[in-house]
Amino acid sequence: MNSLYYHKGLSRNIGDKLFTSLSIICALIAILPLIFLVTYILIKGGSQITPELFTLEPNPPGDDLDAGGINPALIGTLIITTIASIIAIPVGVGGGIYLAEYSKDGVFSRFIRFGVNVLAGVPSIIAGVFIYALIVSTKILFGSMYSGLAGGIALSILMLPTVIKTTDEGLKLVPNELRYASLGVGASMYTTILKVTLPSAFRSIATGVVLGIARAAGETAPLIFTALFSYYYITGFGDLFYEMGSLAVLIYNFALEPYDAQNKLAWAASFILVLSILSVNIFSRILAAFTEKTKRV
Amino acid sequence: MEEKLTLFKNRKRFGIEKNIDIIFKNTALVLSSFVAMILLGIILVVFFQSFESFSRYGLKFLVTSEWNPVKDEYGAFTAIYGTLVTSFLSLLITIPLGVGTAIFITEDFVPKVFREIIGSFVELLAAVPSVVLGLWAIFVMEPFFRAFFVFLHNFFGWIPLFSTEPTGRNSLLAILILVVMLLPIVTSIARDSLNQVPKKLRNAAYGIGASRWKTIFSVILPAALSGIMAGVLLALGRAMGETMAVTMIIGNSNAFSWSLLSPGYTISSMLANQFGEADGSQVSSLFYAAFVLMILSLVVNIFAQLLVKKFSLKY
Repeated sequence: MNSLYYHKGLSRNIGDKLFTSLSIICALIAILPLIFLVTYILIKGGSQITPELFTLEPNPPGDDLDAGGINPALIGTLIITTIASIIAIPVGVGGGIYLAEYSKDGVFSRFIRFGVNVLAGVPSIIAGVFIYALIVSTKILFGSMYSGLAGGIALSILMLPTVIKTTDEGLKLVPNELRYASLGVGASMYTTILKVTLPSAFRSIATGVVLGIARAAGETAPLIFTALFSYYYITGFGDLFYEMGSLAVLIYNFALEPYDAQNKLAWAASFILVLSILSVNIFSRILAAFTEKTKRV
Repeated sequence: MEEKLTLFKNRKRFGIEKNIDIIFKNTALVLSSFVAMILLGIILVVFFQSFESFSRYGLKFLVTSEWNPVKDEYGAFTAIYGTLVTSFLSLLITIPLGVGTAIFITEDFVPKVFREIIGSFVELLAAVPSVVLGLWAIFVMEPFFRAFFVFLHNFFGWIPLFSTEPTGRNSLLAILILVVMLLPIVTSIARDSLNQVPKKLRNAAYGIGASRWKTIFSVILPAALSGIMAGVLLALGRAMGETMAVTMIIGNSNAFSWSLLSPGYTISSMLANQFGEADGSQVSSLFYAAFVLMILSLVVNIFAQLLVKKFSLKY
């Protein structure tokens, strides 16, 4: 008679409670590192932030007095990421257009999509090794060896799969009616894509591309033997063909220094890097959620 | 009517418009085939650069752990072993944690808002650059776990895995930082595949009287299994290739040891450490190691792709 009521003591109910608490524990363990990490970086790195940090060159390690600033690395990161974007965005968007608009689900596009996924899984250090063999050791870029340009090219290999994927998926979400309407009034494919489908997929593509750029800005492995590192100000266009510092490589180099001043600089650089990457992420997330809401209405 | 028909007949596309169309299409075609060319280029370049070392040491390279630039003796066993051990052990820890978190996010234990916040928190963790995680591992994680490692060694020192005295950086720390990096990947893919399981299945299980966790274990997890497996394989590929955080915390020693509490090496950390200063046959040997790493991650990734394909056919 009572069997239809809820019994705490039943083995299935005890088991349920047990597993529920287990999964709560899992979730707690999963978010704890992030909370620790972010608070630690904000406190430890944030306390190192001074105006001079943004204007000075880093001092070579050795004297324990003052580490200087991160100006060259900050500018270097901006330049290298810009170079990577200039290469990866046109190639990626163009490739994505072909996959989504022309080839659809043919053999070729299936092959390329497979290749995109495989390329996305290639370890980032392999991209560095590849560019080292192709550009740095051959001195193919006007006789320069390690250069910011080589670093940017290495990063673009890592950005390319993200850009193609987001373009492809963004275009696939555009309703076919728009294409029919445009082709129906006599527009060519080229006009249809540039004037109708690309603009309507613009926001989702832009979000994906921006996330890809943010991700590339933090990559270190492809830069350590392509762009190397530099302590000196970037003064002109010609510096593209020489060693160039970046925030990521600065963190790597200075974290391994035995001197406290350099370590502190690494924390300050981490603060700036993490803050900018996380804010880009959060911003694009909010934007994406906002777009979804407006679409539903 | 007659007039209209002639109007249509005369309406032709301009030649130039047609040409632009064709040029546009072919440019897009060339751009999309760049991906294949880059992939092929990477494989060929790394293979040919490693050829010298390959023909000299052959497969012996994979099983010996001598790494001596002075005597020109190279073997990457320590690094290959380190890559496999760190990635598999970190995955072993990550899978239950990640899937558990994914279940927590997809079930309704707490209001949706909280679950969404936790979900996006975990995803934000994926955006933190690995070099920053490495910095954090050196200055926060290592001191934090030091006492624990001493405890491990004192009580479980008889197990070969914990047989060395812990001194600063070691493989176990590398495994732990890899767990932090892999959690977001496994969690978000597991969450997506759990979300894709049709609601009907859950309702049917509840309808015949299954409890919540009976439903999860017997119905929902099996239905989402191939998606979760694909996520796990992707995470494995990431773990194998992960460079910066591991290089900074693993201690970088080529001396082979079974113990996780001793400094170790992975292929990627060996590349990061030595590539800049290497010359002569060492470069070729490093390319050989890079080739091994690439093949490992390619195999894992292709398996993952095939699984994803199978998965997407099902639903």
